[in-house]
Amino acid sequence: MIMRVLLAAIIAGMLAGAVAGAFQIWRVTPLILAAEVYENQTGAGAIQQAEAWAPEEGIERTAYTLLASLLMGVGFALVLAAAVLFTGRAITVQNGVLWGIMGFIVFSLAPTTGLAPELPGMPAADLLARQTWWWGTVIATGSGIALIVLQEQLALKALGVIPIVAPHVIGAPHLQDPESAVPAVLAANFAANTLTMMALFWIVLGVSLGWALNRTGTSAES
Amino acid sequence: MLTNESSFSIASLSVQDRMTTGAVMLLLGVFMLYGVAFAQPDALHNAAHDTRHAVTVPCH
Repeated sequence: MIMRVLLAAIIAGMLAGAVAGAFQIWRVTPLILAAEVYENQTGAGAIQQAEAWAPEEGIERTAYTLLASLLMGVGFALVLAAAVLFTGRAITVQNGVLWGIMGFIVFSLAPTTGLAPELPGMPAADLLARQTWWWGTVIATGSGIALIVLQEQLALKALGVIPIVAPHVIGAPHLQDPESAVPAVLAANFAANTLTMMALFWIVLGVSLGWALNRTGTSAES
Repeated sequence: MLTNESSFSIASLSVQDRMTTGAVMLLLGVFMLYGVAFAQPDALHNAAHDTRHAVTVPCH
């Protein structure tokens, strides 16, 4: 049982990760490289990276990006598989799109509403505070959607709105007076393309996981 | 039982099975996501740098 779900998650995650990786290399990485020119002018990022190991520019860096995308894909696929198992609602090729859209809302739309996609060189508040808010928002949004979708009573469904809205009422950590050398046009392009990439990733992931779980055998046979 | 033949029949699993397997998947998944997107050692950060930015998680 565990092995079957694990195998399906690995297959679906690698597939969605490969699609996201390809889109990223095509549409997103050029924007990151363009922003790094401004980041290095300010010297902020260069100091941090000067002493530590980093992949060589070019093919090596692209290879690590692709590897990271594949691993990220499998990680999200495992979390989606967990959601399927916890809720007891089936995932299929047909409803995989819906599962994917839910994942996109929980892991991309909700957190980026507070913390917009960040290019290198853009100033931001304390990293740990942002990471904590990010995870808090993901957990709260996921719980809220679960209430709305799974509860039968209208009153309980309505309660689901609270955890969805709460992180944004509390507010994400931001700097008082952020000034960035990175041009706004670059940042706007980046925000649009990363969100498109994540939407694509989650839809492919939902459909692939529906497909892969059924490919690895139905419970009627096992 | 009214289950779709072509679908992964979650309904036929015991609650215990679903929760146990789900917990294992969640732990593994969060562990992987943490390593790729959140862990701070420089080598991990630099290797996954572009993906962290693209996945819209806080990077540095």
